[in-house]
Amino acid sequence: MAASNRSAALDFERAEAHPAAADSAAGRLRRDLRLIAEMIGPGARVLDIGCGDGALLAYLVRHKNVDGRGMELSQSGVNSCVAHGLSVIQGDADRDLEAYTNGAFDVVVLSQTLQATRQPRKVLETLVRIGRRAIVSFPNFGFWRIRMHLLVWGRMPVSNLLTHPWYETPNIHLCTIRDFVAMCDEIGVRVERSVTLDRHGRPYPLDPRGSLANLLAEQGVFVLSENRGKTSAAAPMAGWRV
Amino acid sequence: MSASTSLRLRPAWDQNWPGYRLLVCEPLRLDCGIDFGPFTIAYQTYGTLNLDRSNAILVCHALSGDQYVADPHPITGKPGWWETMVGPGLVLDTDRFFIVCANVLGGCMGTTGPQDINPETGEPWALSFPVITVHDMVRAQKRLLDHLGIDSLFCVTGGSMGGMQVLQWAASYPESVFAAVPIAAAARHSAQNIAFHEVGRQAIIADPDWSGGRYLSLGRRPVRGLAVARMAAHITYLSEAALHRKFGRNLQDRRAVTYGFDADFQVESYLRHQGSTFVDRFDANSYLYITRAMDYFDLAVEHGGSLSSAFKGTHSRFCIISFTSDWLFPTSESRELVHALNAVAANVSFVEIETDNGHDAFLLHEPELFKTLRGFLTGCAEHRGLTRSW
Repeated sequence: MAASNRSAALDFERAEAHPAAADSAAGRLRRDLRLIAEMIGPGARVLDIGCGDGALLAYLVRHKNVDGRGMELSQSGVNSCVAHGLSVIQGDADRDLEAYTNGAFDVVVLSQTLQATRQPRKVLETLVRIGRRAIVSFPNFGFWRIRMHLLVWGRMPVSNLLTHPWYETPNIHLCTIRDFVAMCDEIGVRVERSVTLDRHGRPYPLDPRGSLANLLAEQGVFVLSENRGKTSAAAPMAGWRV
Repeated sequence: MSASTSLRLRPAWDQNWPGYRLLVCEPLRLDCGIDFGPFTIAYQTYGTLNLDRSNAILVCHALSGDQYVADPHPITGKPGWWETMVGPGLVLDTDRFFIVCANVLGGCMGTTGPQDINPETGEPWALSFPVITVHDMVRAQKRLLDHLGIDSLFCVTGGSMGGMQVLQWAASYPESVFAAVPIAAAARHSAQNIAFHEVGRQAIIADPDWSGGRYLSLGRRPVRGLAVARMAAHITYLSEAALHRKFGRNLQDRRAVTYGFDADFQVESYLRHQGSTFVDRFDANSYLYITRAMDYFDLAVEHGGSLSSAFKGTHSRFCIISFTSDWLFPTSESRELVHALNAVAANVSFVEIETDNGHDAFLLHEPELFKTLRGFLTGCAEHRGLTRSW
């Protein structure tokens, strides 16, 4: 799991000193995390996998009163989270999710981490099993700049989201938005909502299944659930929040 | 050794040690089926209990520890075993929390143990003392807290056997435990750990002065056996890296090996010192009983074979801490505990701290341990509504 992918710094002391400053605290969150935070309703039971330094979790606990738990691979990340009063365990999405019971959480968040797991398909199945909903964000390898990088320079792409050179990247299972949607269809995971983001983390009003989104979006944020019914057609979501 | 050993020949009940004693008159039903009592609990407290009695932290000591957490040991004069952790402004802040630590049942620092007098015979209990368990130790502590009027502990913490007691507290009295911090512990004693304990016990039993356990009545003490037991155990508390860092193959006060069986190496000299100082402050039969209690500890067995069911429905907040170089209570044991707690959706944090200090790390200056525990307790205090305004 890529710890360094979640390096958005959080000023815990300031957040503590100004608990009412929810908006400015949200402003300090990385854009995709801000979008995810907006998707989560107050008081929800949340598991943030690959929670890094705990920026999202701390925000949700302080400003949305969620019952928040985190999982993080890097020792420094976990220690920092626990030392700041967050409930975080040192663990790995491939190994440490099995113990959770079905529907243990309202929302399970896996942000910028899926591509670093050994078995992304199994992880995804587990996410929708242990969470009523899963929010998954990942870098789109079909993004035009990445395609250009390979096409023009013939070198392995390095971008805002994929910051490591090929020989030391933790990202071993990269995919495009289309690949991701295809896998969801294949394993019968329901896509409840999806947002594609541009280079600056702003949402695109594009159909995630279309080729334009696959070309223009730098990352995708998907809200998923276990497909308990017979049909795999995406049902419209009841509300903005999950 | 001789002067302090003769001093130590006077058993705990005959000593004028600092601290509190509670005489529990109502007998305690032990796991072995015996109703045991009356008995004494010796304990220390630090800090002040607040008005609504919500700031109490119970510290549970390890096998060779005692209730003198943060003041000098009455026999050795050495600083308290956790004085880096407990005190004004420290992690277990005595300006903020009320800290209680009791000598375990079966111990030898004032709580009733095998060296005390069996009122029925007028002789020391020795091997007629009932075999106690970690659960029994916790039952006895519960009596103490009932006596102190503390229904709910803000936190229970301890390392090694202390961590076993923490887990037992969380399993047996979940409504009394707001936060639980087992450090370098496990939900059961492993085969390897039982094996090391057995070596220690056999060393004591093989000492002729042990005399079938009746050494106190005969005016003897099995100091050689107990010292060997301590030496063997002490190796398990360290790591290969720490031993190498401290001693390497360095020789003790000599330039060359002596082609004999003196303590040529510094590591030998160190272990001999550990053994000989231990016998000044510890009772051999207590060592047998307490190691046995640890061997018997298996929280899952107590709950129908499933560790998670020991914690079913718990509302306690857990912080599990392990150390990378601890091979006595390795991280894998802590991880198993974390999985069991996750299976019942418990609120759990888990931190593995990188150190080469081995199992003993929980007693040493480990900045990451302090930082983690301080942050966890601050978060818990916030959730508990504990403010600094008393």
